[in-house]
Amino acid sequence: MRESSHPLAGLRQRVARIAASGGPESRQSAGWLASGHAPFDAALGGGLAVGRTHEFFAADALDATSAAAFAALIALRTPGKAPLIWLRTSDAGKRGGHIHAPGIAELGGDPDRLLLVETADPKMLLACANDAIRCAGSAAVIVESWGQFPLLDLTAGRRLTLGARDAGTTLLMLRLAAAPAPSVAETRWSIAAAPSRALEANAPGAPAFDLELLRWRGGPAGTRWRLDWNHDEKCFGPDAGDAALSGALLPLPARRAVASHGAAAA
Amino acid sequence: MPLPPEAPLVFAEKQRGAMRLASVDPAALAAGLRPGMPLADARAQAGELAVVPHDPVLDQQWLDRLAQGCARYTPLVALDAPDGLILDIAGAAHLFAGEAGLVADVEMRLSRLGMTLRHALGPTADAARALARYPARPAPDEAGAIRRLPVAALELEAEATTALVRAGLKTIGDLASRPMANLAARFGADAAMALRRILGDAPSPLDPRVATPPVAAERRFAEPIGSSAHATRILAELAGETIAELAERGKGGRHFRATFFRCDGLARTIAIETGHPTRDADLVMRLFAERMDSLADPLDPGFGFDMIRLAVPRLETLGASQLKLEGGAARAANEGAAMDELADRLATRLGRHRVRRFRPADTHIPEQAQLELPAIDAPEPLPWQAPEPGEPPTRPFHLFDPPQPIEVIAEVPDGPPQRFRWRRAFHAVRRYEGPERIAAEWWRRRDNGGLTRDYYRVEDAQGRRFWLFRHGLYDEKPDPRWYIHGVFA
Repeated sequence: MRESSHPLAGLRQRVARIAASGGPESRQSAGWLASGHAPFDAALGGGLAVGRTHEFFAADALDATSAAAFAALIALRTPGKAPLIWLRTSDAGKRGGHIHAPGIAELGGDPDRLLLVETADPKMLLACANDAIRCAGSAAVIVESWGQFPLLDLTAGRRLTLGARDAGTTLLMLRLAAAPAPSVAETRWSIAAAPSRALEANAPGAPAFDLELLRWRGGPAGTRWRLDWNHDEKCFGPDAGDAALSGALLPLPARRAVASHGAAAA
Repeated sequence: MPLPPEAPLVFAEKQRGAMRLASVDPAALAAGLRPGMPLADARAQAGELAVVPHDPVLDQQWLDRLAQGCARYTPLVALDAPDGLILDIAGAAHLFAGEAGLVADVEMRLSRLGMTLRHALGPTADAARALARYPARPAPDEAGAIRRLPVAALELEAEATTALVRAGLKTIGDLASRPMANLAARFGADAAMALRRILGDAPSPLDPRVATPPVAAERRFAEPIGSSAHATRILAELAGETIAELAERGKGGRHFRATFFRCDGLARTIAIETGHPTRDADLVMRLFAERMDSLADPLDPGFGFDMIRLAVPRLETLGASQLKLEGGAARAANEGAAMDELADRLATRLGRHRVRRFRPADTHIPEQAQLELPAIDAPEPLPWQAPEPGEPPTRPFHLFDPPQPIEVIAEVPDGPPQRFRWRRAFHAVRRYEGPERIAAEWWRRRDNGGLTRDYYRVEDAQGRRFWLFRHGLYDEKPDPRWYIHGVFA
């Protein structure tokens, strides 16, 4: 008993030292990827923290484009020419569609900042993500995966997060067709498309997103937002058409409410 | 069925509707088999045969590998398909103690690979080739040997050769002693040119397999080195030497090519590229290490490498750099360099076409409106179409290429879709805008370029926005099909 307690005490001390010198949670974030919508950013203490991992789950397989666009837009909002590194597997284009740069340009993003990296398989995707995340100077690194990603276990996730923390880069994990699972992410979101505000002649309006904060290390989760993208101002904003739906003031409790409001607005 | 090892070996291929021999080995030759013979006849004549299907592509690849190995003698190696190599050894033979030493070295290495060599040296490439390929009677010197070559060495058409022989002109020397104008008048200028080339009166330029690199360094070893780690260290030394030469010239390398020559005569080439000219030996070695890690078949020393060469085939001007002071600009420059290196590293690991940047293309056909170019080529940025203020995007975020067929119910035939089925799910259209009519590029193709497309932006009950189109107007096609071409954010 006595023999075994000595190594145990040593390990405890080591754990205490590591915790004191900074796990991913203990260090202050270097900045934020802000959405431009003040209540949203304020609720998160400034936006999505830089140097952390953020996970975006598509609420449904058909919402993949909304999740991808939200991740891309919040990264491309940052001023400057810092590249956005987008890693995906080479079958992603067939599954969910090829990234269409003219569409990004029409959303107000600069497609010249995109660096697309296609890997043959998820294993190589993870290896390249580890390299990309350790390279300072990117606006963000988007890692797009399809389905459950068994290679991305807690160890792999922690390795990525530590790399992002040390280099001051932001990792946006785009998890399509996957169910949320425990991870080391700072925030975890479920994103769905929301009905847009109709324009003249009942034409579809600006892109609208329905976000649910599933988990946040820095505070309570469960809040929902409905954000519209304004490509002229390059910012997210509340739904301009329906004041009752400018949801950040009063986070909506349930998804169904949004759907019925949206339908009513239509 | 195991064959006796002494069974004649033949390569057969289908020619004119029958299996015929393409090439034969010495045992088959001794048994009276000749290329061109039907396989059935050959079987009847020689009994048991080892028959292998003839594969010209594999032959070509093997010839290419041999040519790569022959780059140890001279950088100017040309392929002479299907079974020849031409080496320009001017100024290179002294490295092997003269021409005889070089030939002995070639013979030694090729015999280890099981190859039989027939060689000839000549003053020009065409002369050497003719001497190697056509039997000439012994002669006191090269010029004499060339003059004693048969006229078939000119490789004219069969009728022309027969006509020459019938006229009593059996050798090159016979032809050369007559006025060239007569030959040109009777058999065409090509025949005269072929003759002048063989005689060395006209230049016979070589088409080398790879161009001679502007900067290169190499190291030969008295004893072959058997460890890849040692080879990598030598490569690092060579990288230092080439970088020093680049610095003297004020250039940077964009493309580095390392060739490892094995003592059995084969060679392995490993190449890396960078997106910007570089003179950073550490970066070059990191990229080489990355490339070697990602090789499907690792660098195999075999019986050892006896020569390593590092060539820089592509140079670009790169000004002298100076150490930067700490500060914002320096940090930004460092980060930019780090990003460039990341792109190079990923492209080296995954392949140059897997790391891409987007550039606009000047067309209104949606699937052709963007180009995805390798980032390593550092394409020039071009302006993108700016968004209309206050208008929602008219182009999707994700594009399907090819478009995916859907089933659509519309109120009137050429009206907007009301309901559609995609991937086994129904979507009810709540909002739509359209049509945006995109005509085919009639000025590019003879058949007017195909059908016109009517695009609709639609939003379904859940708020998802899709880009659908009807392929063809009703007066173009009786029953046009519908497709989904993209998804909006």
